Amino acid sequence: MIGITESVQPLLALLGPALGATLILIFGKRPNVREAWTLLASCFQFLIVLSMVPTILDGKRLVCYLFTMFPGIDFGFHVDAFGLLFALTASSLWIVVSIYSIGYMRALKEHAQTRFYFCFALAILGAVGVALSANLVTMYIFYEILTVSTYPLVAHEQTSEALFAGRKYLAYLLTGGCFLLGSVALTYSISGTTDFRPGGIFTGTMASRSMFIILFILFIIGFMKAAYMPFHSWLPTAMVAPTPVSALLHAVAVVKAGVFGVVRIVSYVYGVDLMQQLGLGVLLAAFAGFTMIVASLFAIAQDNLKRRLAYSTISQLSYIIFGVALLSPMGITGAMIHIPFHGFMKITLFLCAGSILVASGKKNISEMAGIGRAMPITMLAFTVGALGMCGAPPIAGFVSKWYLATGAAQSGQMIFLTLLLIASLLDVVYFYPIIRVAFFEKMPEDEVLKEREAKVELFSEKPQIIETRRPLYYFILVPIAITATISILFCLFPNLFHIHGLAQVAIRDLFKGW
Amino acid sequence: MSSVVEHFPVLVVVVSLLSAITILIAGWINRKTACYISIATLLGQFIASLFILHHVMTIGPIHYRLGGWGPPWGIEYVMDALNAYVLVILLFLGLVCVIYSKRNIEHELPQKVVAFYTIYQLLITGLCGITVTGDIFNMYVFIEITCLSAYALIASRGKIALKASFTYLVLGSIGACFFLLGIGFLYSVTGSLNIHDLSLLLPPLYGNRVVLAAFVFFIVGLSIKMALFPLHTWLPDAHAFAPSEISAMLSGIIIEVSTYAFIRVAFSVFTVNFIKLLPVFEILSWIAAIAIIVGSVLAITQSNLKRMLAYSSVANMGYIMLAVGLSTSATRYPWSGLTPASMHILNHALMKGCLFLVAGAFIYKGNLWEIKDFQGLGRRMPYTCAAFVIAAISMIGMPPSVGFVSKLYIILASLEAKQFVFVAVLLLSSLLNLVYFWRVIETMYMKVEKGTEHTSHVPRDEIPLSMLIPVLTLSSLCILMGILWLTKIPIPILNRVNVLFGLVGGP
Repeated sequence: MIGITESVQPLLALLGPALGATLILIFGKRPNVREAWTLLASCFQFLIVLSMVPTILDGKRLVCYLFTMFPGIDFGFHVDAFGLLFALTASSLWIVVSIYSIGYMRALKEHAQTRFYFCFALAILGAVGVALSANLVTMYIFYEILTVSTYPLVAHEQTSEALFAGRKYLAYLLTGGCFLLGSVALTYSISGTTDFRPGGIFTGTMASRSMFIILFILFIIGFMKAAYMPFHSWLPTAMVAPTPVSALLHAVAVVKAGVFGVVRIVSYVYGVDLMQQLGLGVLLAAFAGFTMIVASLFAIAQDNLKRRLAYSTISQLSYIIFGVALLSPMGITGAMIHIPFHGFMKITLFLCAGSILVASGKKNISEMAGIGRAMPITMLAFTVGALGMCGAPPIAGFVSKWYLATGAAQSGQMIFLTLLLIASLLDVVYFYPIIRVAFFEKMPEDEVLKEREAKVELFSEKPQIIETRRPLYYFILVPIAITATISILFCLFPNLFHIHGLAQVAIRDLFKGW
Repeated sequence: MSSVVEHFPVLVVVVSLLSAITILIAGWINRKTACYISIATLLGQFIASLFILHHVMTIGPIHYRLGGWGPPWGIEYVMDALNAYVLVILLFLGLVCVIYSKRNIEHELPQKVVAFYTIYQLLITGLCGITVTGDIFNMYVFIEITCLSAYALIASRGKIALKASFTYLVLGSIGACFFLLGIGFLYSVTGSLNIHDLSLLLPPLYGNRVVLAAFVFFIVGLSIKMALFPLHTWLPDAHAFAPSEISAMLSGIIIEVSTYAFIRVAFSVFTVNFIKLLPVFEILSWIAAIAIIVGSVLAITQSNLKRMLAYSSVANMGYIMLAVGLSTSATRYPWSGLTPASMHILNHALMKGCLFLVAGAFIYKGNLWEIKDFQGLGRRMPYTCAAFVIAAISMIGMPPSVGFVSKLYIILASLEAKQFVFVAVLLLSSLLNLVYFWRVIETMYMKVEKGTEHTSHVPRDEIPLSMLIPVLTLSSLCILMGILWLTKIPIPILNRVNVLFGLVGGP
């Protein structure tokens, strides 16, 4: 029997961003104090989340129930291994992004920075709340907090383009939210509970097969945050937001909350057995496989670096959905660890894109010829992230892809393995040109001349390092270096931050005795 | 031994009526006293209503016989869980609006301050009367008092408001006539006007055509009063052109009290057994579903904030009536019976009250009516706009606000009744709400004013504190009350209502 411990730790973990947001608002007029609170809150939250790990690794659960909303539904938190995995990802990346935002927002002299930090903290509150929720209703509440609090971030620039992106963002995600609410209510009316249980909650309920299938489709539409095709177009549009926001959307919170939800539904609400009985696994895998391939093809066509990364995210998220749809232990392990691993790699890539923007003002890949020599640290980190995305060792992506491939093989469907390998190949196809342009092409002559005019004393063959020219460049380069290093370390030591251990515990719960 | 609280139902009405006269006389001498007398009276009434609610919940219903005449001859005031609950809501919103009105009325109607507060107090008298009375003819009288004062208050701004008020007058009178006809029909077959007495006399007559006709008259009459689609045509103009605190009262309370009257007639005069004989509630819930969609769509087409809010009220009356329509088929705790409907009465009062008061604040500060003129208000009036955002988010139904709880309860009730269409309607409606509220929020915060693109500091221009506090109170209650509903602390009150009306319920 699983040991269940009452604890206030989940509540404390949410208190971090909640208090942080309040303090940010109060100290809005004093930027240094405000940023200090952001950093303090993020570190506090990370430590609290980390402190929950040993208990979970022992196979116990932490619960914190506040009050009963409906019979069978308590508002409360129930920390299990998988939830903690996501909470760890979100809270650790929050620290990194906070440091980076200080450099980025100040370097570009962005307006409304208090609003930015405030909404960012709220979004983290939503994401960690989603991770630790005990049941679907609690999860829905935090899921919607996440949606609403991210809107001001997406529309941050307040240009008509940004407003359009914000509107599109809300239109997609709140429509999704409506479907989610409907399906949560339907689940409750069918089963009388919405708790997450490793074996699923529908055992012994009276509902027809078609009802389950419709409900599942409603759920998948509900988790539109997972940005699968054809409901993906909000994500590339949202790229007009500042880079830290893109990092939040792509790596830390938003899309991750979507795939997190899908994994929760498949393995903790429906349960692997029911999924197999209904044949939904194959359906979902085919669906995810489609997105994997098509999104990669879209990515090849993009010239704007951030848009290309956005399509890459869409493709990579489907790896996670794909992994869980395989319904095999290996596949689900791959899906689970791909959440933090992809988070760290993708954040590296986005932070690099932001760094290029800050240092050189360039957004398009075609303009980036020779930038690798001008910004060596940034582009080195970028290369690490890109190789990781392609699944090359020794970078984190290799580990998760290995699990996914093994899982596909385990499922016995060779077509899935083929799909996965094709998608990986396409990853190489769209990442390689960036690296080639950055390192192996020369900066156009006129730009070189301009550079030289700017700094006459450095009239040598040595290329100019432009990434350290800006004030506050440490705040930009250090986070990039950290995430890139961690991406490598994840491959060498998958158990860093106990990621692998947590996934193992989760799998043990899902597949008893495996 | 009878407690002093048992006299409160009549005191609430009489004190209010006397205060109207006092305001008139005292205002003659010194105009400034009018507002303070009104605030003091409402505060007293509000506290009294809390005592009544407490008494009803702990000891039981209060029966007060006017002049000592026992029913069915004399008029009886009956307080049970439902009307004690509605009374608290109406006096709370009345109090909040009157505090808000002090500065606003001085600004908008400087010549009519005394008249305003006199009629306002009469309005409160009428509303309290509808709520506390246990006599159906007495209820009609109070409905007329309420509506007549409402006509006057709507017309107080003059010009186009006169037309709005006249439309309301005509339609409201038709509604009142229908109500009166219903009473007459019932009286002709039973010879009684007391609600409890009627409920005892009517069951043998349920098949009687006169009784059926009376029921239809009640439904149509009250539907006009509560602006249920398609009888809502008077509402948008009346709401838009009245002074804002009156708009808040109209939308938050006056049409809600009409739904209360409907619930009272349907469940206390007639009973659940009668309703189950006819498919009336089924038809009603379909009409309400249409009202939700049509109201929201029409709200999207408006460019004037107050008109937009008015159409949103049409949609919200649909919510309440949908919940009422589902009340006989939803039996599982905690969304059993009338709980979702009564819950939304409070929730809508809070949300719409707050939104109209904010709309009034914009008019007070810069005579801003059109949504497109709201650019940059988010920085100039940060607290007011924040209150608007909270109330709007609540209307959209974002957790953990009151709107979310209402939506969730009605969805669960419709799922239990196996009406999946209503679930879809409710979800669609929250998306439509999103469309028209987000447009306002976007204009307030995100659209950049011309000429201020580069200035980082915009001077604050907030409304006076006596207006700001009511707005902020209502908006924070939108969230606090939502959490309270989720913890189910106030649910026992509503459950008492279900037990009272014989709708199955209970934990």
